[in-house]
Amino acid sequence: MTRTRTPGISRRSTLALMGAGAMTFAAPWVARAQAKTIKIGMPTILSGRVAQLGTSSRNAVMLEVEKVNVAGGLAGRQIEMVIRDSKGQPQEAARVARELVNTDGCELLIDAEASSGAFAVHEVARDLGVFCIHTNSETSSLTADPKQHIPNAFRTARQGVHDSIIGGSYAAAIAKTKGLKKWATCSPDYAYGRDTTAEFTLYLKRFAPEVEIISESWPKLFQPDYTEVVTKILQAKPQALYSCLWGGDLTSYIDQANIYAMFGQMEVFAVNMADYTALTVVKNLPKGIHSGNRYIKTFPTTPENAAWGDAYKAKYNEYPTNWSWENATAIMLMAEASKKANSADGKKIAEALKGLTIKCPFGADGTVTMRGDDHTLVGYAIGWGTTIPQEPYVPEVKAGDWKTIFELEAEWKKSKGYT
Amino acid sequence: MDLDALAGCLSSSACLVTQTTSGLIIGMLLFLVAVGLTLIFGVLKVVNFSHGAFYMFGAYFAMTAYQLTGSFALAMLAGAAGTAILGLIFERVFMSRVYGADVLMQLLVCYAFVLIFDDVVRLIWGPEFKAMGMPSAFQVMPLFIAGGVVPPYYLLLIGVALVAAIVLGIGLSRSRIGKVIRAAAQNPGMVSALGINTGLIYGGVFALGGMLAGLAGALAAPVRSLTPGMGFSVLIESFIVTVIGGMGSILGALIGALLLGLIRSFGSLGFPLFTEGLMYLFMVIVLVSKPTGLFGKEAA
Repeated sequence: MTRTRTPGISRRSTLALMGAGAMTFAAPWVARAQAKTIKIGMPTILSGRVAQLGTSSRNAVMLEVEKVNVAGGLAGRQIEMVIRDSKGQPQEAARVARELVNTDGCELLIDAEASSGAFAVHEVARDLGVFCIHTNSETSSLTADPKQHIPNAFRTARQGVHDSIIGGSYAAAIAKTKGLKKWATCSPDYAYGRDTTAEFTLYLKRFAPEVEIISESWPKLFQPDYTEVVTKILQAKPQALYSCLWGGDLTSYIDQANIYAMFGQMEVFAVNMADYTALTVVKNLPKGIHSGNRYIKTFPTTPENAAWGDAYKAKYNEYPTNWSWENATAIMLMAEASKKANSADGKKIAEALKGLTIKCPFGADGTVTMRGDDHTLVGYAIGWGTTIPQEPYVPEVKAGDWKTIFELEAEWKKSKGYT
Repeated sequence: MDLDALAGCLSSSACLVTQTTSGLIIGMLLFLVAVGLTLIFGVLKVVNFSHGAFYMFGAYFAMTAYQLTGSFALAMLAGAAGTAILGLIFERVFMSRVYGADVLMQLLVCYAFVLIFDDVVRLIWGPEFKAMGMPSAFQVMPLFIAGGVVPPYYLLLIGVALVAAIVLGIGLSRSRIGKVIRAAAQNPGMVSALGINTGLIYGGVFALGGMLAGLAGALAAPVRSLTPGMGFSVLIESFIVTVIGGMGSILGALIGALLLGLIRSFGSLGFPLFTEGLMYLFMVIVLVSKPTGLFGKEAA
């Protein structure tokens, strides 16, 4: 039997309509009642190949937000995080960011996107004037280029050029003592790989002018097999190899290079090795790979840093990533700036944040500073060391010198026409 | 372009040996995936776009078995047998329903399963990348043959793939089952009329194809990182192989895969920025001069 419907509005839909109407009228009242909480919007990558990093960003933020809320929130207002997946696509990141502010009523933004998405979210922040902290983009120009500068945006991520200066000087010192003149490079063929390799070799050659790059390989991003690259490098017989491969690409590369006994034939400098995501996955980690620190709980060697790493592991059952500390720092800085301004207003927080120094487990000297003139984080722990196959993975990290970084960074900015 | 490097390599036995074996390794793994693809197409007349997923499952099954048992042989067995069973179920439950359907329908079903299988892997093993690790028996110094470097594990890998190729080739041309399979490819109606269960043949061929891809995944697991979606790039390259070798030809898949491997290994020396492009260029040349592929038969 088929049921026939009388035309017009049924009783059920009339009820539904009335209910919706009541909700609409009640909504402003509900909103006022909740005005004590402050919503912080956060677009990040929660699906796809780098989902692990996005998840670790979210974990770190939640860990810190809990502490801030227990201590009373931002100027008395409890923080409510609204975290959305951008799938790693810039246009989606921009759309999500806009929606978080316009539809969800977020008053502050944490942009936990990789570089591609960060520039897109930056334009949204410029357009809407909303307070925004970029937590994961390491591309130097995001804050170094005055064209990008806006009063309401900051960065708590490490910066590519800082890493290159420290990596270049560390590698040059080893090149000099061990007489490593012939170098090869092997990095993924996209903006990050090309730029980072160019900056690293620039500073390597600056500190060790006798170094010569005799072979370059540019495998595709996410390439499954590197055998032809490995054998090509073996043919070139370099004394040292630089690579900024990362994540699963780096672990594949190590496994494939391992069976050619490559690591016994040359010194290897892999800037992204000392990250728990890679360290804990590689089964036969060769001893003595030189790497920059990403996040490691033993550097800086302070009880605060170790405690933070352990607390994270206790809560999420895995170690934090490089993105974790960068996001945690954002919340720490916001909380401190809000306290200083005694307000949760984005403009006032931004004003208070300029030049603010806070105590932080990830600081080289126990503190980090949000530099006032270009709104980027400085003073964070940065260094290089060599790996061993078990915990603590990088037993000794040689700390980088921030005085050198500042000098060379100023020079670099001038050469780029940024100052 | 760096033709000097290429010429230098071609004139040195050490470089020649190293790069040739490097090409053979890439080629042999590719062959195992591509031959399954071409076999399924030859008999079932469907293009299995979800074939990369079997490569992925093979790798994950092998990793899990290796972690549980610590035995490399069992890991390989788990990779091959697990994907064979998966292939059989997939064919009987899903693919067998779309044989008569439009090619677009088949494509949609396969593509849906590419996404579903990726998510299944994500649910079971997690979204982050994994590594199986090289068994300690193969953690030895590489061999030096005429000055060239050859890792022992890769010798095993080439050997296993070669055995698979020979067994497959002889099995299909000489054995009774092989003859039935070839007959089913030619005229399924007649084979069925002779009292042979074609459904079983189809399921068996699909399982065999899946098993070969799974074996490739299992063999690759110690040296490649495992991620959901890892089958996709392999799938594209195996399509290039089947197009070059000719759809449905096992010898074609072998020659196509080896050519592609050698193009990669020597191309990366002579044309470091155009290695990928070389593969496609080669495919275009084959397609223009012989549209059915090197060993493909003219369409009936």
